[in-house]
Amino acid sequence: MIETMSLGRDFKVRGVVVPAVHDLTFGVAAGEFVGCLGPNGAGKSTTIKMLTGILTPTRGRALVAGLDPARQRKALARRIGVVFGQRTTLWWDLPLRDSFELVRLLYKVDRNRFGTRLAELTEVLELGPFLKTPVRQLSLGQRMRGDITAALLHDPEVLVLDEPTIGLDVVAKAEVRSFLARLNADRGTTVLLTTHDLGDVERLCRRVLLIDHGRLAFDGSVAELRALVPGQESIEDVVAHLYLSSTRAAPRTPRRTPDADPPTVTA
Amino acid sequence: MADFVLYLRLFQYGFRRHSTYLAAALAGAFTNTVFGVLRAYVLIALWEARPGLAGYTLTEAVTFCFLTQGFIGPMQVFGRGLSFGDRIRSGDIAFDLVRPAPLLLWSLSEDLGRAAYLTLARSLPPSIAGAVMFTMIGPVSPWFAVSFVLGVVVSFGWRYLVTLTACWTTDDRGVHTLSSLLTFFFSGMVLPLGLFPGWLRTVAEASPFAAMVQVPADVWLGAEPAWSALGFQLFWVVALLGLGALATSAARRKVVVQGG
Repeated sequence: MIETMSLGRDFKVRGVVVPAVHDLTFGVAAGEFVGCLGPNGAGKSTTIKMLTGILTPTRGRALVAGLDPARQRKALARRIGVVFGQRTTLWWDLPLRDSFELVRLLYKVDRNRFGTRLAELTEVLELGPFLKTPVRQLSLGQRMRGDITAALLHDPEVLVLDEPTIGLDVVAKAEVRSFLARLNADRGTTVLLTTHDLGDVERLCRRVLLIDHGRLAFDGSVAELRALVPGQESIEDVVAHLYLSSTRAAPRTPRRTPDADPPTVTA
Repeated sequence: MADFVLYLRLFQYGFRRHSTYLAAALAGAFTNTVFGVLRAYVLIALWEARPGLAGYTLTEAVTFCFLTQGFIGPMQVFGRGLSFGDRIRSGDIAFDLVRPAPLLLWSLSEDLGRAAYLTLARSLPPSIAGAVMFTMIGPVSPWFAVSFVLGVVVSFGWRYLVTLTACWTTDDRGVHTLSSLLTFFFSGMVLPLGLFPGWLRTVAEASPFAAMVQVPADVWLGAEPAWSALGFQLFWVVALLGLGALATSAARRKVVVQGG
């Protein structure tokens, strides 16, 4: 369902070429639930952006649902759902329901299919009480449920989420997690998510990818990940150990500075 | 067809979005009316001393005054940018640029909705107040409606470009200040452009700002053949929207291909 071959992406920061993603090769089969871990600046978000067509790769290629994201972005948009935890695709001043209506028109979802799907999602994600509330008045948890709904209205085969649980309280987090698990189990939707929350990984992901310095550092199950660092009780310690040791072992590559984060347009 | 519904819906949302800020619109209408009265007395003093100045009679000058006060809202004469300016600063614009609908048409529909609302909320009150307190001339040419809409589109085209500059400048406040100064001065808001001396008048009358305020007001007053006025506005519509489309693809390249 998702396939990358030697995928790479450079950024130019004040005239210096800085690679954010070096050489990334992995595949995700239909119906999998994959979590993507990695320290800040490892290249996770850049990878997600290349998989969704928001960024064009510098090297290598990617295939999502059989399409080239950069070249066939519009066709791909109808087949995948994308959620960015730190951003919103909803319209700030509009009631949630109106944002969904715009998404429907934008992605040309059939009215009946839209109605059924929205009714389902409203029930499962309990959107009912705030469907008519303007997005600016929603809590972060409500907004996130709204964003997830907007990403799923066209019933995509693949759902890609970039830090979907960031900033959510324990209850909201649990709700989002159980919803994603059900989506994957009941509908067979392929899910790829990035996160810093190891609870997400432990509870949801059957498979973990660890990205570090723009390279794939680990690919396997959570149990296998634990086995890498014997004697550590919590998964937090295991991952912290891996992050630290990889930083020491790997040749120092120039890290991206926070002010050169790719989504900001100002260079 | 589906596209048309999308843009129609965006128009409605633009209208509704602004209608939620009713108090702001009424406060704006009140201010525009009060300043209209002040401006009217200045113009009356001027025209009583020099009748027929700039080719206007006294009544035409007063009409011009209240009419242009009513343009402040829909034409955004104080030159504020479009709502997606904030999304450029936060980087969210990357997601708007990859939507399967062009940003230009998208924001044009929304902005026309905004203008439609502000026409009701901020154009009618000063015009009615002016008609009640002074003598005003009704629209001489039926083409005024067309000219008014073209004026809004020219204003949109200009503000779209101003807003997009944020993609290249870290802080766009300077550009916005410059834009509002230019618009306010060269549109005919300060004084009818016919009063400007020599080359300044030529420049002002050829500028897109004239197409926002001076030209629609002149069409209302029937002061020039409507076809040349509309042709002039249409030229700026095509030029600014064309530049806007070019600037959008440059911005998309910068964001999507170069990554900022």
